[in-house]
Amino acid sequence: MGQFTKNPDKEWIKQRLMATSLCIMMVFVLLFLRLIYLQVIKGEEYRRLSEKNSVRLKSIKSSRGLIFDRYGNLLVENRPSFNLKIVLEDARPVEETLKKVSSLINISNEILLENIEKAGNGAFYKPLILKKDISREQLAIVEAHKFDLPGIHIDIEPTRHYIHKKSAAHLLGYLGEINGDELKSGKYPGVRTGDSIGKEGIEKSYERFLQGKRGGKQVEVDANGRIIKELKRVEPVSGKDLHLTIDLALQQTAEEQLKDKDGSVVALDPANGDVLVMASSPSFDQNDFIGGISKKKWKVLMDDPGKPMSNKAIQAEYPPASTYKIITSFAGLEEKLIDLNTKAYCPGYMNYGNRMYRCWMYKRGGHGEVNIVKGLAESCDVFYYQAGEKIGVDTLAQYAKGSGLGKKTGIMLANERSGLVPTSQWKKKRFNEPWQGGETLSISIGQGFNLVTPLQMAVVIAAVGNGGTLYKPRILKTVVDTNGEVIKKTEPEITGGLPASKETLKIVKQGLLNVVQGRHGSARQIKIKGTQIAGKTGTAQVYSRKKGEKFIKKGLAKTLRDHAWFVCYAPANDPIIAIAVMIEHGESGSRTAAPVAKKIIAKYLQSKGILKENEE
Amino acid sequence: MFDRRLIENFDWGFLILILMIGSVGLVILYSAVSAGQDLSGVHVLFTKQVIWMCAGLCIMLMTLVIDFRELDKLSIFIFIFCVGLLVSVLLFGRMGGGSRRWLALGFVTIQPSELMKIALIISLASVYSNSVSETGLTFRKLIKPGIFCILPFILIVKQPDLGTGLLLLLIAGSITLFVKVEKKVLFSLSGICLAAVPLVWFTLKEYQKNRILTFLNPDRDPMGAGWHIIQSKIAIGSGMLTGRGFLKGTQNALSFLPEQHTDFIVSVLAEEWGFVGCSVLLILYFFLLFWGLNIAYGCRNLFGSILAFGLTAMIFWQIFINIGMVMGLMPVVGVPLPLVSYGGSSVVTNMVAFGILLNISMRKFSSN
Repeated sequence: MGQFTKNPDKEWIKQRLMATSLCIMMVFVLLFLRLIYLQVIKGEEYRRLSEKNSVRLKSIKSSRGLIFDRYGNLLVENRPSFNLKIVLEDARPVEETLKKVSSLINISNEILLENIEKAGNGAFYKPLILKKDISREQLAIVEAHKFDLPGIHIDIEPTRHYIHKKSAAHLLGYLGEINGDELKSGKYPGVRTGDSIGKEGIEKSYERFLQGKRGGKQVEVDANGRIIKELKRVEPVSGKDLHLTIDLALQQTAEEQLKDKDGSVVALDPANGDVLVMASSPSFDQNDFIGGISKKKWKVLMDDPGKPMSNKAIQAEYPPASTYKIITSFAGLEEKLIDLNTKAYCPGYMNYGNRMYRCWMYKRGGHGEVNIVKGLAESCDVFYYQAGEKIGVDTLAQYAKGSGLGKKTGIMLANERSGLVPTSQWKKKRFNEPWQGGETLSISIGQGFNLVTPLQMAVVIAAVGNGGTLYKPRILKTVVDTNGEVIKKTEPEITGGLPASKETLKIVKQGLLNVVQGRHGSARQIKIKGTQIAGKTGTAQVYSRKKGEKFIKKGLAKTLRDHAWFVCYAPANDPIIAIAVMIEHGESGSRTAAPVAKKIIAKYLQSKGILKENEE
Repeated sequence: MFDRRLIENFDWGFLILILMIGSVGLVILYSAVSAGQDLSGVHVLFTKQVIWMCAGLCIMLMTLVIDFRELDKLSIFIFIFCVGLLVSVLLFGRMGGGSRRWLALGFVTIQPSELMKIALIISLASVYSNSVSETGLTFRKLIKPGIFCILPFILIVKQPDLGTGLLLLLIAGSITLFVKVEKKVLFSLSGICLAAVPLVWFTLKEYQKNRILTFLNPDRDPMGAGWHIIQSKIAIGSGMLTGRGFLKGTQNALSFLPEQHTDFIVSVLAEEWGFVGCSVLLILYFFLLFWGLNIAYGCRNLFGSILAFGLTAMIFWQIFINIGMVMGLMPVVGVPLPLVSYGGSSVVTNMVAFGILLNISMRKFSSN
């Protein structure tokens, strides 16, 4: 062939081009095979992936039921809260997006990262909560920079709002995120990680009514996570509303009275056991628990010596002190060991064994001659020492238990304490020591081993007022669905009757009436014009005084001062309210506890039209 | 000057093939730019592309006027002119997407690296047509073409535009292999290339390394660099046999596809028209390439044959790299698909290439 000229050799060109064609063909075969692999063999799988890409499931939270007081005043509602969320997959590059968010709304990058971690790292497609409940200002900033923040969006979610800050906080309870154990327990069907459930109080007790059923929607989103359209929707079912037996105005009156004091107030309707007031002080703000309480706030609550998280009406136990004389009276009268004519002489003390047992009138020379009515009215200890000595510890215990003490009242609230009614057997078991006669004297006047909760005493005094019927305290009146239909109505529940005949009750009631209405009654200063109050004061020893020590030592550490009790009902002849007041370290039942009850009674009787406004 | 024979010999079949591919391209582009938009009007990018296509056809027809053999004589001037443009890009070019690739000339901006491809092919055809031998080219004879390659390559990589640079080397390599080199030269050049791989690796920018690593293992970084290729494969696969229908691709409409109107436009075709639609386009391209090789075969002028081969090789590499990348067969490189991807420079360059091929085809009977 020789040297090429500018005219090519046809054969040579053909040979080179054939080789080229072969290469091109091989490449096209390769492309076709790849196409078959992707579209035919793996087609199905990729079709699914493309749908998963663009179709997202979003759950629609149901709104929790509302809580009202007995007159329909709203106590707990749901307000809209704005949650900042992120879909990692759409927020690429994630770090940069987070930096922008952090500088825009002034939340440290670390907190945001921590929240992502907490919300479940690795979930690329799911919206994760970046920051719960952002402020309206932060909302506005994020909305304005929406297009600079891919994968970031804001969800409006109903959030619990306790309208009356700190009011009835213990009774209503609060919400918290469900924990692992609760999830596993199976008691919360339909509740998922991250959801809130009632942790205390009504919120916990009636979770099954308050919690609604979650709905869901299928939406199509674009690559930036923006919703293009909704494909399917299942509506959520709202939780049911609760109407409580609580009287909001009265509750607030009680809380006003408890301000700056540690203690509790329970008010019941003696006719049916309705809880009109359940206040415990100090209180806490339930709204702090929404979205998780901060460690700092939790520590403050835990370190407070006043124990703000404890519902003192049902979870604190105290010696009943002189309020227990009601029980001792029942036992003495019913066992016929004493009657109206039984008299004791009170010189201010009584010697028993080789010890002297004082009456509180010791300093002023005692009560002189005392019968049961005077003994109750003026709270003579000597009369009850003598009665108790005759009755004995175990018989007294029977009457205490018969009156509902030593066991839970059965109110629908968690962690109720049962108190303690001591018996000789109990002491043997507990301390492996025989019962001492002197101890009987102490428990006859409610000191010593006895322990009761304010709610238990309220139930007892309500029963005295209503003629002897013990009711289970009721906090829930009705459950109403979103259409306003009542789906559950609770009935008053009788748990028993006081172990006291009509005659016995008549005598005791006379004594209690004289406590307030009598000339020398221990709570005579709380008389209200226009009605009559019957009650019993009590001063529970916290610190055992040594011989010769002053009765109330000035400057005694507050935590060692006596607890003050007052239990009562009004109007005395036909009571519509029964109250137990316990002021911790209040020193004197008549001076600190009784005035609290007076305010509540006045307020309630005014609201019922029995008393005129401003008449106390 | 103007010969009746030229009209008689006009290659109508090739023109029709080009028009068919162009039409398919416009249909896909319509889908791609309408993604997620309301369809009340025609998208501005679509209109622009139609205008570019028409302008391209005019330029193509204009290239027919001059006898292709004139290009042989003008080759050195064309080459110097294009190198001059590349230098001015580096000096006065417009920035875009982190690189300096465009030159503003009044109301149009051009991409000189695109023109450089054709200039290089003409220059190599000119050089090789004078130095071809039966035993193959020696080292000495490769020095001049080597300079023709390396100079524009360096200028383009400096922009930086590695994709076009590599494309240039692939085209030059194809032409060189086509005209045959000595065996020992072939082996030593292959050896040099292999040895250069690690060196090149260290000069690559971080994002370029990432692209290559991601190609080797797309799941390495599914949220970052691997995202594009994963989404593209999902789009292609989800088209299945017959596709989801015109304008019905969700990957496209919901903007899961990156660059769906330029580099990733095949994903849109695959998603909406399925395996059937892809096959049609591939077969059309296959015919186009064979037609190009046939033109090289039919030409009685060695310069014309090599030129026709070089232009066909250019089209081939663009098709292979683009479709291969979109289907996950190679790393992500920004190479547009001829007559389908959106972009004025690409349309015009390819139209010029087709014009020269038509030129060679209609003058195949003229020799020196």
